Amino acid sequence: MTKIGTKLGFGRKKKPEGWNRPPVIEQTSEGELLEVAMGPHHPSTHGVFRMNLALDGERVIRLKPEFGYLHRNHEKLGEGQSYLASMPYTDRLDYLCSLTNNWAYALAVEKLTGQQVPERAEYLRVILSELTRFQNHAGTIGFLMQDMGCSGTPLMYAFREREKILDLFEELTGSRMMCNYMRFGGCRVDATPAWLDATRKVVAGLPAFLDEFEALLRSNEILMARTQGVGILPPDLAVNAGITGPLLRASGVNYDIRKVDHYGIYDRFNFKVPLGDHGDVYDRFMIRMLEMRESLKILDQALKEIPGGPVVDPKAKIRGFRPKPGEAYGRIESPKGELGFYLISDGGPNPYRYRVRPPSLINLTVLEDMSLGQNVADVVLILGSVDIVMGEVDR
Amino acid sequence: MLGEGILKGLAETARNFVGSYVSKERLTTVEYPEQRIAPIEATRDFPFLVYDGKDWDAGLRCVACQICEKECPPKCIFIEKSKDKKPDAVGKQQFYPARFDIDISVCMSCQICVEVCPFDAIKMNTEFELSTTDRFGGLLLDRQQLAKSNEYYHEIHPTEASGVDARLAAERAAAEAKAKAAAEAAAAKAAAAAASSAAKPAGGEA
Repeated sequence: MTKIGTKLGFGRKKKPEGWNRPPVIEQTSEGELLEVAMGPHHPSTHGVFRMNLALDGERVIRLKPEFGYLHRNHEKLGEGQSYLASMPYTDRLDYLCSLTNNWAYALAVEKLTGQQVPERAEYLRVILSELTRFQNHAGTIGFLMQDMGCSGTPLMYAFREREKILDLFEELTGSRMMCNYMRFGGCRVDATPAWLDATRKVVAGLPAFLDEFEALLRSNEILMARTQGVGILPPDLAVNAGITGPLLRASGVNYDIRKVDHYGIYDRFNFKVPLGDHGDVYDRFMIRMLEMRESLKILDQALKEIPGGPVVDPKAKIRGFRPKPGEAYGRIESPKGELGFYLISDGGPNPYRYRVRPPSLINLTVLEDMSLGQNVADVVLILGSVDIVMGEVDR
Repeated sequence: MLGEGILKGLAETARNFVGSYVSKERLTTVEYPEQRIAPIEATRDFPFLVYDGKDWDAGLRCVACQICEKECPPKCIFIEKSKDKKPDAVGKQQFYPARFDIDISVCMSCQICVEVCPFDAIKMNTEFELSTTDRFGGLLLDRQQLAKSNEYYHEIHPTEASGVDARLAAERAAAEAKAKAAAEAAAAKAAAAAASSAAKPAGGEA
């Protein structure tokens, strides 16, 4: 009997027994293991997340993540109400990046109904989601430093810039975080020329912030000592576990849905996908730094090329539409990874099935593999480098 | 050299520290109750009902169609339709809400009620100092508490409100023109009927 792998000609070496399971770290001390419940109210767990650790001295022997403390029944709620009514709830999934969540959901419904999106709306979506990516990555790095014990400074610098971006969001969408901006077949309101000018001004100021941030952190010896070689995620494990986003690219796997799928109009922009080499916490930090630079490149191009015209398809109905029976999966590269919405329609005004593929939850599944054999203090750092938002993990 | 990166970072923080005393735009903190930053026009928090004219009860634009109640994602709107009718903003005979409650402790400020309203009757407020000592009654706003004048709407969202006014005026003009045309047609029909009825007896006599 030929094995599937050899038949397809993958040419892979035979994997040792249990290669895709977490390695077993042997206990070295003579005493008993110490079990620690870290969370759900631990300040470093980014919300209500709990890790059950088994410790041998300072070393982690076992790690069991526990979540569900923030479960809000998002998917079932989506099945009980109209397509439009789920849109504001998607803001509350990953509450730091509401605009990318909106886009993923709008993309899924547009695939289901076959709606077209006007040019200007596509450009606005790209501008807003790249701004979202920028503020999310800046915030993530700030919080990672906070977890490391670098109390305040980098986080405050990051939030200073985030505040400017959130002001832009508020001016356009009416809300800083719960934007509820995108609609099926376009965007809700049009951007004024004044808003575009303000955005250009903010974007022009961001490279200076990145230079400052890099000077502050990039070659800092303490940061390098704490993060290099810590929490290594091997590329084959990352691929097998379905990891996406900066976490996957830090392990050196070239996979960015903006490049793979070309959703929206991403094929028109010239940008690179930064890749890591070691897959450790430092690489994840640097990947986010470099991705912010690439986001600025996209923003510059999009703000230069944005055309006039309508911002929403005039034929689009926002309420009371019934898509034909069928299914659709819309996915985008959210700042945290592949965010997908899977919808099944049975021809009614509500989706028959509504499912979210949350990047945070799936990226958390390798937390134990990254943490085994590390110190407890490093587990905090590793969790910080995964970049989770509990609203998305528990839904 | 070991420690070079740390020194570089410290130089950066020192630059920011000194800069905060020199540059005004770095001082972004506002002493809130005494000082306030100018509100952004598109800001929204909770919905209110728009009325035209002086009397809030007579001028409410809402016709109790209950679309917002149906579309509201967290279902925080409760509407009871009236039994009788009265003229609305355009001049048509319409129902009005006998009861219109919004529980703003449930409302999530998503603006969907505003988007789906075909009568421009519900809009988003910007008032955010809403703390109350009564947890349930204080946050359940009734018809009277929700009613705000069109002038107030113009004050908080000037561009949006003028757009709405222009649209409503156009609708009203169209309705009036239609009513006038209908009245003329009816008058012409009546005149024709009168003429024919006048002609009939004449014909009968003949």
